[in-house]
Amino acid sequence: MKTNNQSLFQKELMKEALRQSFVKLNPKLMFRNPVMFTVEIGTAVMLIVSLWTLSGSKVQGSFAYNFTVFLILLLTLLFANFAEAIAEARGKAQADSLRKTREETPARLVNGQTISSAQLTKGDVFICEAGDIIATDGEIIEGLATIDESAITGESAPVIREAGGDKSSVTGGTKVLSDKIKVSVTAEPGESFLDKMIALVEGASRQKTPNEIALTILLAGFTLVFIIVTVTLKPFADYANTPITIASFIALFVCLIPTTIGGLLSAIGIAGMDRALRANVITKSGKAVETAGDIDVLLLDKTGTITIGNRKATRFYPAPGIEEQQLVKAAVLSSMSDDTPEGKSIIELAGINPLSYQLIAPRFIQFSAETRSSGIDFGQTRIRKGATDAIKNIVEKAGRVFPREVEDQVKEIAGNGGTPLVVAENEQALGVIELQDIIKPGIRERFERLRKMGIKTVMVTGDNPLTAKFIAEKAGVDDFIAEAKPEDKMNYIKKEQSEGRLVAMMGDGTNDAPALAQADVGVAMNSGTQAAKEAGNMVDLDNDPTKLIEVVEIGKQLLMTRGTLTTFSIANDVAKYFAIIPALFITAIPALQSLNIMQLASPQSAILSAVIFNAIVIPFLIPLALKGVAYKPIGASALLRRNLFIYGLGGIVVPFVGIKLIDVIVSLFI
Amino acid sequence: MNTELFGIIVVFLGTIVLALPFGKYIAKVYGGEKTLLDPILNPIEKVCYKISGINPAKEMNWKEHMVAMLTINLVWFLLGMLLLMTQQWLPLNPDGNPNMSPDLAFNTTISFVVNCNLQHYSGETGVSYLAQLWLMFLQFVSAGTGLAAAAVLFKAFKAKTTAQLGNFYNFLLKSCTRILLPLSIIVALVLAFNGTPMTFQGKDQVTSLQGDTMQVSRGPAAGFIAIKHLGTNGGGFFGANSAHPFENPNYGTNMLELSAQLIVPLAMIFAFGYFIRRKKLSLMIFGVMTVGFLLLAIPNINMEMNGNPAIAAMGIDNTSGAMEGKEVRFGAAVSGFWSIVTTVISTGSVNAMHDSTMPLSGMNELLAMMVNAFYGGCGVGLLNFFIFIILAVFISGLMVGRTPEFMGKKIEAKEMKIAMIIALLHPFLILAGTALATAFPAQGAATLNNPGFHGFSEILYEYTSSAANNGSGFEGLGDNNLWCNITTGFVLILGRFLPIIGPVAIAGLLAEKQYIPESNGTLKTDTGTFGLMVFAVIVIIAALAFFPALTLGPIAEYFSM
Repeated sequence: MKTNNQSLFQKELMKEALRQSFVKLNPKLMFRNPVMFTVEIGTAVMLIVSLWTLSGSKVQGSFAYNFTVFLILLLTLLFANFAEAIAEARGKAQADSLRKTREETPARLVNGQTISSAQLTKGDVFICEAGDIIATDGEIIEGLATIDESAITGESAPVIREAGGDKSSVTGGTKVLSDKIKVSVTAEPGESFLDKMIALVEGASRQKTPNEIALTILLAGFTLVFIIVTVTLKPFADYANTPITIASFIALFVCLIPTTIGGLLSAIGIAGMDRALRANVITKSGKAVETAGDIDVLLLDKTGTITIGNRKATRFYPAPGIEEQQLVKAAVLSSMSDDTPEGKSIIELAGINPLSYQLIAPRFIQFSAETRSSGIDFGQTRIRKGATDAIKNIVEKAGRVFPREVEDQVKEIAGNGGTPLVVAENEQALGVIELQDIIKPGIRERFERLRKMGIKTVMVTGDNPLTAKFIAEKAGVDDFIAEAKPEDKMNYIKKEQSEGRLVAMMGDGTNDAPALAQADVGVAMNSGTQAAKEAGNMVDLDNDPTKLIEVVEIGKQLLMTRGTLTTFSIANDVAKYFAIIPALFITAIPALQSLNIMQLASPQSAILSAVIFNAIVIPFLIPLALKGVAYKPIGASALLRRNLFIYGLGGIVVPFVGIKLIDVIVSLFI
Repeated sequence: MNTELFGIIVVFLGTIVLALPFGKYIAKVYGGEKTLLDPILNPIEKVCYKISGINPAKEMNWKEHMVAMLTINLVWFLLGMLLLMTQQWLPLNPDGNPNMSPDLAFNTTISFVVNCNLQHYSGETGVSYLAQLWLMFLQFVSAGTGLAAAAVLFKAFKAKTTAQLGNFYNFLLKSCTRILLPLSIIVALVLAFNGTPMTFQGKDQVTSLQGDTMQVSRGPAAGFIAIKHLGTNGGGFFGANSAHPFENPNYGTNMLELSAQLIVPLAMIFAFGYFIRRKKLSLMIFGVMTVGFLLLAIPNINMEMNGNPAIAAMGIDNTSGAMEGKEVRFGAAVSGFWSIVTTVISTGSVNAMHDSTMPLSGMNELLAMMVNAFYGGCGVGLLNFFIFIILAVFISGLMVGRTPEFMGKKIEAKEMKIAMIIALLHPFLILAGTALATAFPAQGAATLNNPGFHGFSEILYEYTSSAANNGSGFEGLGDNNLWCNITTGFVLILGRFLPIIGPVAIAGLLAEKQYIPESNGTLKTDTGTFGLMVFAVIVIIAALAFFPALTLGPIAEYFSM
């Protein structure tokens, strides 16, 4: 599903967008955009004026001239509508291609009945076996399966999903490769995240984001200023005995109001969500994307984000007086039911099949965040494996001594960035297992980039502080939360927020849900639990923890695109003034010819050139609006300088050149 | 070097140098810190608070501040109306000047309450000495009102998050007693020693060298003229304002009055930086304002010094500059400089006839008032500038990929709405007022001295001066009539109070918001780049909106010359 290289304007999209450009001319729809709405009124007036000139009146100039102005204004509106429509069409196409994967799949209910996926409602339970396509989004309530999620993520390696854990969600359209699962449906038809996303992209339920509202106020304000300028010009001109035609008034007005940004504003917002979708992130609101640009603190899980996959056991260190054999055996036994990659890697390192031990009535102790240890009880034997302080606690509680040598060993391992796991049998410390992390290549540079954006990175890990510190330094994160319990994350987020910072985090487990909800931007992994997905405001289909970084850049791009195009649009006014003002007055006041610094051929050609420029600049900028202005992490001041130079100065110079060129062509016809 | 220019540079730079420590002093005053004048002023202020029953320690939020401001301004307005309409019967009227008509009293009181001092009367014949004293009082408190409002802004950005913005009456009183009064005493003394009258005696009778008898008006002028400049009021004691030999006797007093207009607005910029401990921000504001000021002042000095080509073409020696409407004792260069100082800052006192300046000089004077934020009036200049900062922050904040924030506070829809309304108001008042006057020639155009483009400039100037609370006149327009008195009166009220309430409201709203610590990604507002952005916003919003109007006035006149 990686469709990042799609060309901007595909044929089928164009067709739909063109149709929509006309549909959107409906004043009711237009009203949402005050800038373009005033242009529409101007267009209507020009149509009336054209018809009036047709009746023989020559006061307002020729029919051809007035009608041309009308056509250009209409074109301006269509271009603006087209920008919005093409952005919508692209977003919809992207969402549709995701949705296609889940059309009309038969689902086998627990009672043996088979119904279409469209008929499934929330709470229904259906069964999937190897080879089945999962009918709709749901949560596994029983069983475990390997699933091919490539239809959604593009990742071909199968993943394991199982009931009860943090990876219990399945997505409609993915394929079960092995085993059998019972799935409970989590969303009513038409209300899945994807459906919500599609609704966001389409006009109907699209809410303006806070920043979009504020910007609209600015643009409406500019529009009002120029309404005042244009309206008051009438008595001024009458006083100066310089009659001005209606076409000139409207041309002046339309050219001065910020039509460029006004026409592209909604397209920019939609394109932002669309870019997120292209990165395989489903956003639940446009606001979330906007907020992402403002993030100050990123909470990143160590595993999978900063380090590759999982830690691996690398060595056993027996305590003094303990045989290595004994430690290894205890380590293997304690890892029997430990399905974590760490547990598996211990068995792997030992090279012993745990099932070769014959145990009577074993009882497995699962790892919990509170005890921070796991193990096994059988007969009179109690084996525990876990974090140093957890095991030390157990040992000392039983009145035994925790050997100093073991403690030293723990420190040494932790100091080298490893994770020590202490093993105890019947409350006696047997020794230490060393686990090592491998830091992802290139992650340091990414964090450097984030730092330049002004974002603080925080590594969240269950490791002890020494290990965490070592990895944090090696990876280049700014801060870390060691021995993190779920509420630690929550507290950290609250603390940062109370100081006014915006926090983003990524999570998957149910116990991440409160933190995901608390964070300003919470990205839940698609594989995560339903609770986590409900709590966050984005869902990452790729389950890629580094996605947060991309999300932040998408948010920044969105805001920057708005800012730069606003600047460009307003800067354009300088040249337009110099095109139109002399054109308005030189017939009556020839002395003002000196203001015609572009040496435009005639008043009529000057006005036409300005309106034409004003219209065609919109389609020229559509690609920029859709792709977004590139974000460069060079610091805010340098970025402002750069954008001010390109879009501010560019915005002043480009229309001078453009209007002059158009005038050269237009004057051939007049 | 030309001594005329040398004098200007010395006065300008000297005032800036003086404004630095004075700004520090102002910051201390508003911060409630110990200052030199405490032993004398503390008891006086205590008496004031005791009489009025005000507790200066009571903290106010922004709304309470504005209610306090409007209330006390209303009291001054009502008292003023009463006094001007009954002055004939009140004491201190040796010349027997008559009562003012209600509409003229309305216009006059409003214009003094709002720190504008648009004068549709002449001091010699229009007001009694008691009324002059009352007007002088208004010159103090109206400047104090602007300063106090700016102090609320200072306070809003000092604390991280707060709704407690100090006490309005406290700021107002201290602005008058500790900032304006000490300087006024000094300036008034210097003026009195240079020949400005300070007396309660009526007209003097003088016999001229030709043997004619003249009645020469006088009065308590020195005190009036000091605060007229220090408080950026501009209302003259005499009709001819600072061109009158009593108001402005010589070159030295002229330079003093120039400096007196500049000092408080300049010092307020620095006071802001000292108060919130962001000197670089002050430097940015000072830089942008100064660039704008010089871009207007230098061409004016140059054009006035070069003289009028039309007069040169008639074979008349023009080497001393365009001297029409100017005082020989000041010269063309200083008068050109003054014309921008008095319009950039909302003083509006004149030492030469602006109507007679060169067309583009007239345009610059208009532009200075249209922008109204290059230095600007006492306190209000900073408030006006603040609106432009908010707009610039909004656009440039987006350009660096964050939702916009200023000093750690997010700028959202509500703030933008207020900022946009205030930014709109100024062009609206000016253009709509001018449009009405041109649309109904009987009230406006017909009363003009000059036809054509210059006449249009005269109308435009009148409304610009009113909306900017400037008070200087291009004259030419017959302005003491019911129409002008009432319309400009309302333009004055709107043009004064909304641009104070708006910025204070934004500051108050921002103060209550949570503070966001600065990071690498935060837009720095104290840099040259941001300054450039603010400047661009000012040029595009404030100046470009007036381009069509200016084209029909001074620009057309210039090209037709």
